[in-house]
Amino acid sequence: MLEFMEGSHAVAEIVKRCRPQVIAAYPITPQTHIVEDLAQMVANCEIDAEYITVESEFSALSACLGASAAGSRVYSATTSQGLALMFEVCFNAAGMRQPIVMTIANRSLGAPLSIWNDQQDSISLRDSGWLQFYAEDNQEAADLHMIAYKVCEDHDILLPAFVCFDGFILTHTYEPVALPTQEEVDAYLPAFSPYQRLDAANPLSLGMYATPEYYMEFRYEVDRAMERAKQAFIKAGREFGEQFGRDYSALVEGYRLEDADTALVAMGSICGTAKDAIDEMREHGRKVGLLKIRTYRPFPAQEIADALKDVSTVAVLDKNISLGNGGAVGIEVKTALYGSGAAVYDYIIALGGRDVRKKDIAAIVDLAEKGKGDMFYGLRTEVL
Amino acid sequence: MRELRIHGRGGQGSVTAAELIAFAAFEGGVYAQAFPAFGVERRGAPVQAFVRFSDEKIRLRSQIYEPDYIIVQDPTLIGDVDVFKGMKEGGIAIVNTEKPDFDSRVPEGVRVYTIDATTIALEELGVPITNTTLMGAFAAATGEIKLEPLAHALRSRFSGSMADKNVKAAERAYNQVGGAA
Repeated sequence: MLEFMEGSHAVAEIVKRCRPQVIAAYPITPQTHIVEDLAQMVANCEIDAEYITVESEFSALSACLGASAAGSRVYSATTSQGLALMFEVCFNAAGMRQPIVMTIANRSLGAPLSIWNDQQDSISLRDSGWLQFYAEDNQEAADLHMIAYKVCEDHDILLPAFVCFDGFILTHTYEPVALPTQEEVDAYLPAFSPYQRLDAANPLSLGMYATPEYYMEFRYEVDRAMERAKQAFIKAGREFGEQFGRDYSALVEGYRLEDADTALVAMGSICGTAKDAIDEMREHGRKVGLLKIRTYRPFPAQEIADALKDVSTVAVLDKNISLGNGGAVGIEVKTALYGSGAAVYDYIIALGGRDVRKKDIAAIVDLAEKGKGDMFYGLRTEVL
Repeated sequence: MRELRIHGRGGQGSVTAAELIAFAAFEGGVYAQAFPAFGVERRGAPVQAFVRFSDEKIRLRSQIYEPDYIIVQDPTLIGDVDVFKGMKEGGIAIVNTEKPDFDSRVPEGVRVYTIDATTIALEELGVPITNTTLMGAFAAATGEIKLEPLAHALRSRFSGSMADKNVKAAERAYNQVGGAA
């Protein structure tokens, strides 16, 4: 049954139903409503969790790491500068193979200070060993949390995950969302069964130093787990579809791609606006489609190559920039399509919350079809 | 799809109005989406909030530039802000003002309903907060939401006598604009 609610509230409600045992987070715009809601739920005894109040994001994730290592299902949420402060702990959590789920309310990074949306924060943690899933709308944002716990806690995976949804654009938007009941979530997501746990009776060490004889193998194992996470996500997404009727078994999702000459590639809420723009362009006879990337890590290179094998032009929308070499998604899509013959162009768009309209999407398709790309779109040249 | 843009000042409850109008529309059986013009809110500064209504699932995420409807909470905004900017031909504007002949540049083809929501709010609520009153005016002028789901939305936000007062303020505006529409 659809209910009308704010995106942040939908996420808090679904996290509650995932039964985390320890929550540690530090409030930061635009993530705040999520952790306020969860703190209230803990205070009201609606959720049997310990909520650890901390003085920083570094401590928030450190508390989660310790609690996870002790055998608890844990949850955190952050964004932007908060995630930047967690940088060190992020690498440790992945290296120690702790299945932490953390919501990222995507926001740009300073300087200059900006509270508005882009995806620079999570993208900048690309190499940390966290799985990264991106939601197009608040339904998908809520649903991906259940899938994330299932994938992360799989004993063949044991990696942490970001569930990313666009700050303000989704976090602060009210729209209809179907929330599964507690019983339905319990049926999908069993109680956490730790692979190992810190136990004084059976001591073990995590994250000890590794000499050059061992370090590389640890990174190799994380990379292998990332690769296995593709199948684990597909399986968890299919099971989700069977139970709830919303199928997330695809790492990438095509929209009107069947006969498309030009394909847009994007992640997150911009996909919704792109779909509306594509419908309008289709009415004018333009053969345009969209490939939405749901899992940025692991990166679905083969799935992208398969989905785009028949298109001649590809326009990647990047809400981030790897300064000095273009957008992070574009770089990887170009690698995935190497040798395919398609012309692949990258567009840096919507940094720091700049609004994207249907006409912007159409303008980018025009640019790509004219062979103009690898550029910032929508720069105000008068202030440069 | 129909689109509403609400103009107000920080503290006047524009964002709440957007949420409650969208909630009432959803309760009435359509898809709705409400969101603020995201910013660092300051009391008294011009703000905007947006609502979309559609019979199909809403995917569009941009702000609203060509609204079918606008609500102007504060007449002093006119002049500071081009509240009518981009309005569609045949659009409907609900303006809170005590002067039905208020001076403004109303675009051709836009129907304007004025209502002295401040007086109604002062009489019913005891405070000059006009958002709930204007929701009643919006319902009557546009038909996008019905009075019953609107009252339900207000009662979901307010409780006790405050809920009754807000519902009454909305009903007064509904009847007043309904008589004119």
